[in-house]
Amino acid sequence: MEFQAKELFAKHGVATTLGVVAETPEAARAAAEEMGGVTVIKAQVKAGGRGKAGGVKIAKTADEAESYARDIIGMEIKGLRVNRVLVTPATPPVEEYYFSFLLDRSNRSHLCIASVEGGVEIEEVAKTNPDAVKQIRIDALEGVTPEKAAAIVDEAKFPAELRDQAIEMVQALWKVYVEEDATLVEVNPLARLEGDKLEALDGKVSLDDNASEVRHPDHEQFEIREEADPLEAKAKDKGLNYVKLDGQVGIIGNGAGLVMSTLDVVAYAGEAHGGVKPANFLDIGGGANAQVMADGLDVILNDPQVKSVFVNVFGGITACDEVANGIKGALEILGDKESKPLVVRLDGNNVEEGRRILDELNHPLVTQVDTMDGAADKAAELAHQA
Amino acid sequence: MSIYLNKDSKIIVQGMTGGMGAKHTTLMVESGANIVGGVNARKAGTTVELGGKELPVFGTVEEAMKETGADVSVAFVPPAFTKDACIEAIDAEIPLLVVITEGVPVLDTAEVVAYLEGKSTRMIGPNCPGIITPEESLAGITPHTIAGKGPVGLVSKSGTLTYQMMYELKDYGFTTAIGIGGDPIIGTTHIDALEAFENDPETKAIVMIGEIGGDAEERAAAYIKEHVTKPVVGYVAGFTAPEGKTMGHAGAIVSGSSGTAQAKKEALEAAGVKVGKTPSETAELMREVLKNL
Repeated sequence: MEFQAKELFAKHGVATTLGVVAETPEAARAAAEEMGGVTVIKAQVKAGGRGKAGGVKIAKTADEAESYARDIIGMEIKGLRVNRVLVTPATPPVEEYYFSFLLDRSNRSHLCIASVEGGVEIEEVAKTNPDAVKQIRIDALEGVTPEKAAAIVDEAKFPAELRDQAIEMVQALWKVYVEEDATLVEVNPLARLEGDKLEALDGKVSLDDNASEVRHPDHEQFEIREEADPLEAKAKDKGLNYVKLDGQVGIIGNGAGLVMSTLDVVAYAGEAHGGVKPANFLDIGGGANAQVMADGLDVILNDPQVKSVFVNVFGGITACDEVANGIKGALEILGDKESKPLVVRLDGNNVEEGRRILDELNHPLVTQVDTMDGAADKAAELAHQA
Repeated sequence: MSIYLNKDSKIIVQGMTGGMGAKHTTLMVESGANIVGGVNARKAGTTVELGGKELPVFGTVEEAMKETGADVSVAFVPPAFTKDACIEAIDAEIPLLVVITEGVPVLDTAEVVAYLEGKSTRMIGPNCPGIITPEESLAGITPHTIAGKGPVGLVSKSGTLTYQMMYELKDYGFTTAIGIGGDPIIGTTHIDALEAFENDPETKAIVMIGEIGGDAEERAAAYIKEHVTKPVVGYVAGFTAPEGKTMGHAGAIVSGSSGTAQAKKEALEAAGVKVGKTPSETAELMREVLKNL
């Protein structure tokens, strides 16, 4: 969110105005009073297009600040509820620029994008006047040296009177990118204020989860739990890689690629069964023991939309007998309260033993199907009948 | 024939004495791959028995190569130390480096990939299942029992989809199956593998498996159109996957492609690649191709 990006900007010396985060209209009023003069009230939510959605307002007085905050807090922007606003002194820009560093997958390196033509409407500029949007490749070993920063500023044609400030800001933004392990650091707009002062008016930072795990324990503070779906929050607590979707067939599989493929196969199968769809993404990864399977089933079966569950496992390193024992254990843990049917497809490592365990279990809720397509069809059929 | 890995490959394992390293070294030895030792500075000079084979532990990759003639290294090093392990292997000029480790910070991978420029090492991964040339050698974690030798070359971003597709086509078999990994930045790309399969006389047809995100499949499609004469069958996972993290304005400007499964499928089809809707349909398309060769 914007206020978090600005915290990171300030930490690394990028010129910006932090403002005050308010979770109530009263707090917004107090902040506006403290600042005096005109303020901007901005919805804090992880989505673009906040202005167009009515989530950004200019308040001339503290009364107005409170009233706008009351409108904005609680509204939904792109499906996300707004729980807080950022109050900042209004600093109307003389000019707006665009600047970002980002991971460039295609060139397997980093890229800088800079434009002095327009800030917020950068996508439009990129379409109508692509030459005005400079893309400058960054060598991953050299990074952004003072010389490179100067070259970027000159290529983007920042006004001469802002050159030194811009060079300093580019280096500070690169520090945010590298030292925080970001995959995107975007300033939009980068504003030229009265008195030729350069400032990051709004910003966005995407952090690399892998790096946060390995070397930035402090990044945990940026996670805002209230936004997450309750089932997703529960899955996260149990260390499961789960994404809630809008559908009726619960999915459990191993390996992200196979699970994604399973979603597709279920969606196709659903076309013949009343249009039922996959209810979630859940990758239980390599170590599919009884507990992981039970945790996964527990999350999925708690989704009221789910009518049937498809367990799709290809035993590579994971042995199918372990998976079968996991299902058996999970059903024991869940007990009699469970009534949704499970379709299980096992293949690969130790498949005979895995299938034998489930055959022997002979549980009324469990159906085994040998192929992925056949099992998807069965799961969709059961979801449709329910 | 095969690509990158064959029966003469001599393999060392970086991180052989760790949990993952020991488990998979055992499986590689059992598969018949020629594992000749491991690297762990703290345990240099000792030996470890894995899969019934006594394996020497060396202090550095350079030393291991000198003593054993190794030409492949498989890395199971924890993510925090993967970058240093890669740089060490590249400096030792190991011809093939396979990085299995999941969770490597992407800035580290970007540095390693930049460091590879002009060096003699080929890197596969990170975050990948590695490479298998059935009945000859295995450098990674792919189960060696799924499929045998045959005319198909396989390249895939995903591990379990690699296994699934090998299983689907086990009646034909594979020259080499390579999992390049799904991270945003990787060493060996779809295009590298396609080029190698095109030049491998025993590979008669190629299966390429992709996933949503990035534009690697679109670029591969353009490459196939220009340079690949062998039949290619494709599969893309993620048609119904939710939109991932948005990259804001910047992402849309850069890639010029939405990165969706549909866009990738269309790009591949435009290059003459038959694309299956499911893994089994893809296998069926490949069978048709092989029957008509």
